[in-house]
Amino acid sequence: MPKRNDISSVLVIGSGPIVIGQAAEFDYSGTQACRVLREEGVRVILVNSNPATIMTDPEMADATYIEPIDTAILERIIAKERPDALLPTLGGQTALNAAIELGKAGVLERYHVELIGASLEAINRGEDREKFKVVVDAAGGESARSEVAHTMEGVDKIVEKLGFPVVIRPSFTMGGLGSGIAHDPEELHRIASAGIHYSPTDEVLVEEGIEGWKEYELELMRDAKDNVVVVCPIENVDPVGVHTGDSITVAPTFTLTDREYQRMRDIGIAIIRGVGVETGGCNIQFAINPKTGRIIVIEMNPRVSRSSALASKATGFPIAKIAAKLALGYTLDEIRNDITQSTPASFEPTIDYVVTKIPRFAFEKFPGADPLLTTSMKSVGEAMALGGNFQESLGKAMRSIDKRHMGFNWDGEKPDTDEVNGLLEQMRTPTEHRYLQVQRALWGGASEEQIFDATKIDPWFIRQFALINETAMLVRNAETLSPRLLLKAKRAGLSDLQIAGLRRLGDEGENVVRELRWSYGLRPVYKTVDTCAAEFDAVTPYYYSCYADESELRHREREAVIILGSGPNRIGQGIEFDYTCVHAVQELGKDYDTIMVNCNPETVSTDYDMSDRLYFEPLTFEDVLEIYEAECRMGPVKGVVVQLGGQTPLSLAARLKAAGVPILGTSPEHIDLAENRELFGEVLRKEHLNAPRYGTAQNMDEAREAAHQIGYPVLVRPSYVLGGRGMEIVYDDSQLETYVNRALNEAKADTVVSGRLPSPLLIDKFLQDAIEIDVDALFDGKELYIGGIMEHVEEAGVHSGDAACTLPPSTLSDDQINRLRKATYALAQGCGVRGLMNVQYAFMANTLYVIEANPRASRTVPFASKATGVALAKAAARLLVGETIADQRRRGLLLPKEDGGVIHPGQQVAVKESVLPFKRFRTPVGKTVDVLLGPEMRSTGEVMGFDRDFPHAFAKSQLAAYSGGLPTSGTVFLSVNDTDKRQLPLMAVRLIELGFTICATEGTASVLRRYGIDSKIVDKISTRVDTDPDTPPSIEHARGSIGKNVVDLIEDGDIDMILNTPNSRGSRSDGYSIRVAAIAADLPQFTTITEFSAVLMAIEAVKNNDYQIMSIQEHARQLFAMDQQDAA
Amino acid sequence: MNLTDAALNSYTPEDAVLILEDGQTYIGDPYGARGATFGEIVFSTGMTGYQETLTDPSYDRQIVIQTFPHIGDTGVNDEDPESSRIWVSGYVVRQPSPIASNWRSTRTLDDELDRYDIVGISGIDTRELVRHLRSAGVMRAGVFSGDALLDPETGAVRPINVLLAQVRDTPKMQGRRLYDEVSTDQPYTVEPSGEYEGKDPLFTVVAVDLGLKMMTPRLMSQRGCRVHVVPSNVTLEQIEVLHPDGVFFSNGPGDPEQAGPVVELLREVLAAGHPFFGICFGNQLFGRALGFGTYKLKFGHRGSNQPVKDMTTGKVEITTHNHGFAVDAPIGETVMSPYGDGKFGRVFVSHIDLNDDVVEGLQCVDIPAFSVQYHPEAAGGPHDAAYLFDRFAELMGSEQGGHRNA
Repeated sequence: MPKRNDISSVLVIGSGPIVIGQAAEFDYSGTQACRVLREEGVRVILVNSNPATIMTDPEMADATYIEPIDTAILERIIAKERPDALLPTLGGQTALNAAIELGKAGVLERYHVELIGASLEAINRGEDREKFKVVVDAAGGESARSEVAHTMEGVDKIVEKLGFPVVIRPSFTMGGLGSGIAHDPEELHRIASAGIHYSPTDEVLVEEGIEGWKEYELELMRDAKDNVVVVCPIENVDPVGVHTGDSITVAPTFTLTDREYQRMRDIGIAIIRGVGVETGGCNIQFAINPKTGRIIVIEMNPRVSRSSALASKATGFPIAKIAAKLALGYTLDEIRNDITQSTPASFEPTIDYVVTKIPRFAFEKFPGADPLLTTSMKSVGEAMALGGNFQESLGKAMRSIDKRHMGFNWDGEKPDTDEVNGLLEQMRTPTEHRYLQVQRALWGGASEEQIFDATKIDPWFIRQFALINETAMLVRNAETLSPRLLLKAKRAGLSDLQIAGLRRLGDEGENVVRELRWSYGLRPVYKTVDTCAAEFDAVTPYYYSCYADESELRHREREAVIILGSGPNRIGQGIEFDYTCVHAVQELGKDYDTIMVNCNPETVSTDYDMSDRLYFEPLTFEDVLEIYEAECRMGPVKGVVVQLGGQTPLSLAARLKAAGVPILGTSPEHIDLAENRELFGEVLRKEHLNAPRYGTAQNMDEAREAAHQIGYPVLVRPSYVLGGRGMEIVYDDSQLETYVNRALNEAKADTVVSGRLPSPLLIDKFLQDAIEIDVDALFDGKELYIGGIMEHVEEAGVHSGDAACTLPPSTLSDDQINRLRKATYALAQGCGVRGLMNVQYAFMANTLYVIEANPRASRTVPFASKATGVALAKAAARLLVGETIADQRRRGLLLPKEDGGVIHPGQQVAVKESVLPFKRFRTPVGKTVDVLLGPEMRSTGEVMGFDRDFPHAFAKSQLAAYSGGLPTSGTVFLSVNDTDKRQLPLMAVRLIELGFTICATEGTASVLRRYGIDSKIVDKISTRVDTDPDTPPSIEHARGSIGKNVVDLIEDGDIDMILNTPNSRGSRSDGYSIRVAAIAADLPQFTTITEFSAVLMAIEAVKNNDYQIMSIQEHARQLFAMDQQDAA
Repeated sequence: MNLTDAALNSYTPEDAVLILEDGQTYIGDPYGARGATFGEIVFSTGMTGYQETLTDPSYDRQIVIQTFPHIGDTGVNDEDPESSRIWVSGYVVRQPSPIASNWRSTRTLDDELDRYDIVGISGIDTRELVRHLRSAGVMRAGVFSGDALLDPETGAVRPINVLLAQVRDTPKMQGRRLYDEVSTDQPYTVEPSGEYEGKDPLFTVVAVDLGLKMMTPRLMSQRGCRVHVVPSNVTLEQIEVLHPDGVFFSNGPGDPEQAGPVVELLREVLAAGHPFFGICFGNQLFGRALGFGTYKLKFGHRGSNQPVKDMTTGKVEITTHNHGFAVDAPIGETVMSPYGDGKFGRVFVSHIDLNDDVVEGLQCVDIPAFSVQYHPEAAGGPHDAAYLFDRFAELMGSEQGGHRNA
């Protein structure tokens, strides 16, 4: 069946901000889809609220709208663009839900938009638990026994029948949000009531517990002619009970015979047909009883998913790309397999390597959160590795995670019986550390049976862990490292660093092992991912390393540039860095062979047809150096780009350079200049720039002395940080002591595992009530190009990654902007920047302070690029290979005359808002963790609001970040700290004018009363979070109170919005219970007074309902025209 | 990896050595039995189903390379073998499983290989080997380990050239007749099973065993057939004594060009008007019976992910393959079958492999006969093509009806 000719324009909906359970994989799938549709001559209209995506780049679609994924906004876009069809299956659950809403609202019918990829009925059959059960039955499969409930009473009745344990699954949520396993009535009540809340249809499924069963997934595709293929089977190493997104998973399956696998495949195929996914992909999860082989179908997603991205990268079969073609009417046999170029896509990939995916968690960002892994996904990212066998693949995946303590290690003494028993007990509950516990317990002499009893991990995998231990012990105990033993160690996945640790070779150990290995001629070879186990010749250069005999690299003619990616997504280093890497690949690919190195399957950069060569490899010194050496044998290499992938590649720069690898752009010495406080202080002094008073410390005494010199409050952090990891505002000596002791311990451990040198602690004066500003800039050695000046909506103190910001800045004067420009020039010059840099400034009492400078791409580059209509990262890539800013102006990559720091009258305003994952993290008794924003970054993603002025753009940013957006009526709860009280009355008056009712705590109400403003008084509620977050809150009855506290009101649904500015952390945090209740109720809440003033203006904009929509292509044209006018 | 260390490039009696007839040598670890073995070296790309592969008689006299890196993970059970023994002559894998992990497993693969005296090699770069065969084509090879590596007189390790000479002395697959050595000695019967168990058969099938896999009669029996499995030296008279509703020719090893007697038998079966179904070798014999030629593929199709298009419906099925030879027939047209001045009427190619357009099935128009080159019985592999057994039953049904009406 050839392409349909009745579809000439398609609306694609993206997945919105990166959140847990819905991450960069949908940028990958959406980007693939857009490329395919355009190649097919279809006009593409794209909507996504997330600016940090490749898919929202102007060249990916004909009209791109960075707008909230909201029914009303989508209707405006549909009315303007009149697409023939809507493709909703590539933007995750968000896009699927948006399509359902558009259907319900009659929008699709009204504008004659056809849903392609999956019909509303099919989506329903896949997602509605009861309907899906019918499909499973008809497919000859079995579902876990279960029933649906809409109330707690209903839940209790079902549990009476099924008995504990039971699994609670809310309908229509993503990433298993709100689901969990209940073993007793208390857990049941907690999980089920939250589940009913999170389900948009107030519906939960209660089903028999199958914890400990083996878990599998199949990725399937179906075309309009009913051809079905299984792209990839995935086996979860963690048994049922841990969300697949939080499990270590492998591809393909290892512990199923052909009969069992084919039975699963038969059921899967019957299900995709039964659900009626007409064209495209789906993901089905299975549980298998390890004792009897009974197969239970857990669930299916009638769309491209995180697992599809993983399956695509694992096999080389591009699911999203093919799904888009199928949606246009092609059949699988009409589509060519890109990788072989000679065979069709109607086949099932077979692989001759092992793929391992390991999730990356961020519990350290959420103190107090329960680290237990459950059926609700909690990981923030993942790394994937390919190896010649399971052990090699696992070892590579562990070091790809790029997190200290997360690889197997044999530090210290062999665990004794007590420790082993302790470990066996700990591993009964799954946490991110379970594998390490297993490995240590095995090392200490636990039997494989004991491990199985405790974990239910399949014995096959346990034996593999045991073998890695055995090999490690051979390495430790051998008299000398013979070539054979070293080869065995490498095939067991041990890194040079691990081997050096085993042989206790000290600081230089990794280099010693490498020298020895090289002297034996023992280097990794590079194999091709070819979808067919070498049956056909592969054209696409998609490589992984392993220790074997034959390398498949081909010689190159053109000079190559190696670009290091950012590794697994984590808080503080996410999709934004993939965005900048992809831009470098796109731009440099015009003149060089681009070689991408990355290990994150959720990204566009690891799409095999983005770069000239893709190495799916860990981003460690060992792995990168081997790639560089291997590529040098294949052709000329210009150098390695480290400044676009965030901190991970940047931290490799100095060692790579020392090993003889040319680093493009800002040199490692200059990187050090910016990151080392002492050296940076010199630069600032030379340029007469202010910085908050600061000091550095290697120990407690130095830290105390520095803090006293500077004066409390101070901001303390380790240097070389990412996303404010480990940053804290400290108010006194005792807090400082706690912090320093912890940090020093961590630094010590880090040195052992990463081989990085311990870096000093940085102590800065904390700037209270300052305006914070981010500046992204390009520098070529002579000319400075301001990429964007972004003014934070919150005052300084909130991490720049969590703060909302606006571009152009909303309150800065021309004079202030000029000062920023001059300071940025001075810093770029002083720090020897070539390429991108990001500087954080603060104005306190109109004095400019430099908070920090980073000689690399920052998180805000994509936002700034979209807001200013230029491709900053592409231009930066050109500078890295020695070109000038003037060249880029001529090339059209940058504005011909001015730059992103110039504000034109009538220019659209962009507001970035961050999205926080608090809902996912709960304390062991089920409370949400504290949501207070601080210097530690905790957001997972961002959205952009885009409109004619700040209030409208800000309102859109809120709508995009929180479903429902800002309220336009109802009750507002106000509770502000003493410093903020002076600014409150004017806002309160405005609230009343807008029609809101105010309720407040006693102190706040008292101030308002003095200004003649009425408010309802509520009881005060407080909890000591810092000591014991689970102590019940104490309630102080207030005079004149209405007799209720705010948490009651929130739970009763009587509050619509909250302003709650906290006192300092560590003192009595009376806001904790309020913030927690608000999160649970999904209420908009604000913790800074400045943001709240923006909220008020935005509410007026919402009330007027006069949003404007403009595609970013139109916006860029407008900005280039303004630039021309100014010049004329 | 380019090891310069000489210790890694020489071998000792503790190693295993694989030598191809073109001189390529791989040194690894012994796997299964120790000794020497010879055969045509081929690769299979299936990720599951090693037990079915090992016991498939079509692999007789072949050394099989598994491209999947881990083999033996699920051990060996009593339900999954496709015949009564392991047929491969040698086994090449990257990493044998140190344990068997599956609820049905009763023993390890290592022990099973040893029990059937199958000499194997592990720990080599199987992908390099496959890439070599992909470009050089399949060829003869030998695996040596244990005493086979030693000179019986001097006790010294035998040099490569001596081992290579042994490999070159073995017969080539092309030109070999092997079906009679894998065929059953005695006829036996498979009764209807599943929903038809204990009932009168709907159809009686005579299956000529040229290397039959057990799943084939089982799938027929599940469709209500009583299947008489007969040896390859059966005669038409002996077949007709059994009053078949249909005759089936199975898969099997060897060169179809060397199968004159069974091709003649098949012509008699067709001439007698018996509905016919053939699989794999049976398809090649059918092609030859109709007067087409057969030829050897460069490296064959072996695996369970091959896309085959049913030309009559346009649908694609994912199928299991295991064939080194193929039928040479025109694709896309219905032609008079060349044999005997069109004695068997018109025929067309019913299935093709979408990877390389190899003929994967033949369908006669004027007589009730068809065949496929691949394996609808799967085992191991996907069940997409199981409908062909229904097609065979329907064919027998319509002919049965026809006879009754007549």
